[in-house]
Amino acid sequence: MNNKALEDSEKGHAVLECYEEIPCDPCSEICPFGAITIPGLITNLPQLNLSLCTGCGRCVPACPGQAIFIIKYLPDKRKARISLPYEFLPYPTTGQKGWGLNRNGHAVCRARVISLILNKDYNHTALLSIEIPSRFAKEVRFFRRSNDDNQ
Amino acid sequence: MSEFEMVRDVLVVGAGPAGLGAATEAARLGAQVLVVDENHRPGGQLFKQIHKFFGSASHKAGKRGFVIGEYLLREARDCGVEIWLDSVVEGVLAEGPVCVVQGRNSRHIAFRNLILATGAQENTAIFPGWTLPGVLTAGAAQTFANLHGILPGKKILMLGSGNVGVIVGYQLIQAGARMVGVVDISPKSKGYQVHLDKLKRIGVPFFMSHRITRAWGNFRVEGVELVEVDRNYNILPGTEKKLEVDTICLAVGLNPRTQLARQLRCRLKYIPELGGWVTIHNEDMKTTANNIFIAGDAAGVEEANIAIDEGRLAGVAVAQNLGLVSEKEAETIKEEYRERLFSLRSGKDKERLECKRTLIRAYYE
Amino acid sequence: MTRIIDHPILGAFHRGAEVTITVDGQSLKAREGEPIAAALLANGISVFRFTEKSGDPRGLFCGIGICTDCKMTVNGVPNVRTCVTPIKAEMVIQTQRGTDKWHE
Repeated sequence: MNNKALEDSEKGHAVLECYEEIPCDPCSEICPFGAITIPGLITNLPQLNLSLCTGCGRCVPACPGQAIFIIKYLPDKRKARISLPYEFLPYPTTGQKGWGLNRNGHAVCRARVISLILNKDYNHTALLSIEIPSRFAKEVRFFRRSNDDNQ
Repeated sequence: MSEFEMVRDVLVVGAGPAGLGAATEAARLGAQVLVVDENHRPGGQLFKQIHKFFGSASHKAGKRGFVIGEYLLREARDCGVEIWLDSVVEGVLAEGPVCVVQGRNSRHIAFRNLILATGAQENTAIFPGWTLPGVLTAGAAQTFANLHGILPGKKILMLGSGNVGVIVGYQLIQAGARMVGVVDISPKSKGYQVHLDKLKRIGVPFFMSHRITRAWGNFRVEGVELVEVDRNYNILPGTEKKLEVDTICLAVGLNPRTQLARQLRCRLKYIPELGGWVTIHNEDMKTTANNIFIAGDAAGVEEANIAIDEGRLAGVAVAQNLGLVSEKEAETIKEEYRERLFSLRSGKDKERLECKRTLIRAYYE
Repeated sequence: MTRIIDHPILGAFHRGAEVTITVDGQSLKAREGEPIAAALLANGISVFRFTEKSGDPRGLFCGIGICTDCKMTVNGVPNVRTCVTPIKAEMVIQTQRGTDKWHE
């Protein structure tokens, strides 16, 4: 699937930001659709088959390295939703406004909390979904509430 | 032989992942096992580890450290392993028994086989002001935050950007602290990228190619000065930065605890990649001293999954030594553990594979 | 420093019963079974002793009972490693100065 097709699609899709050969396979074990595979040695990098990925998000809390995110482009193409793993208190709440932070922790755009889900099988890693302008979808990987001077 | 209170088939020193892995395996194969640990609770470092572990999902990957610890403990107890806590193996008497100190009592326990699973301890970094209260090891901060529920400080600087530094830094944020920064004298961290990324996306500043010049404070650390260094670690004048902190955590490496191994006259080898002086062992985890085996960080600083499997390997070897399992059956089981160890060591830190081979070669020299 | 009340992974901490201890004559609250060092830090006390020669303040360092930097005089006995010794009700704890004396 190419980028344009991804942006046209209604469903979310996973992004695996796992680039080092660490012996680890929970992502491939948890995916109910077989979209994530680790060929050969357990230290090999995980491969994502985008056409099998439904964006269900189960892999996000399962990854011990917190290296998986879900991106979903909204129909109007102007907004996107990023789902990311969140393990801090107090939990952000639906509707809360704040900032989308990039991989270096810099606020790059405004963000709004869509949901925070904490299932028992997520094992204390909440799945936080935020809405941001779609052009930042490839950058935003964390959320900070407005007026939150703490980390 | 000196007088002793009791004899055990297998005495395991240390109830961390290596010790419990070894004890369970030996007991499962029919040995009578006693594990002795100086701590108030077993599990070694596992109970402080609140993050999800890497590894194979079929071997408890994705589970948090303390859950793995609980599982290992249950498994050991189910196999009939006896565990003494608050008990220090002070030393080994000439010709035989170990001396176990409990409170003010000392007991002499003889053994047919000994497995050393004594783990590792943290290195320290020295700079003016390092003795001030508030300067402590990353392990101490982690113990107090995760086991005792005490935040060791509010404005914390982490010295060292390896896995321990960044994992503990993350956990201190979860505990409610603010990480003022992570400092490392190297330009590039040796920690896993995913651990670094977790801190970076939160906005924790990284001061790579920096070192601490000094810390100050009245009765507790209040400030620290950093300075940038060049590729040869020389200070670049004019790059000094002062930070307000109340805590400095030292995450500057671990080294194997080899006091007992040395007392038992096991041969050691200096391998920096494995933490310093490491006890030599063969492919069965046997040291150069008779009936003494070793496993876990004491045999080279790696990580928990490796410690467990090295322990299991030693446990089988000991059962074989006691005649409880045939050589053929033992080899089959041991090969399985050796393959798992190979696979765990095949990733980005594969230099450890070569280091371990060096260690095994040294056994035969 | 502070007691952690709620933790995103560990939830609420299970602590022992609240007890009273004395630190340098001052009555303070602690939790039975927690390390003495934890009780002191929770009460905002970071200095556990002063060194023999230079009188430098020292406190928690290794946290696992092997460096002895955290030692204090407890119930009259000096050199008690406070990071691995559990709190008992009515414990009398004193900032240790140098090697201190055995008061038993």
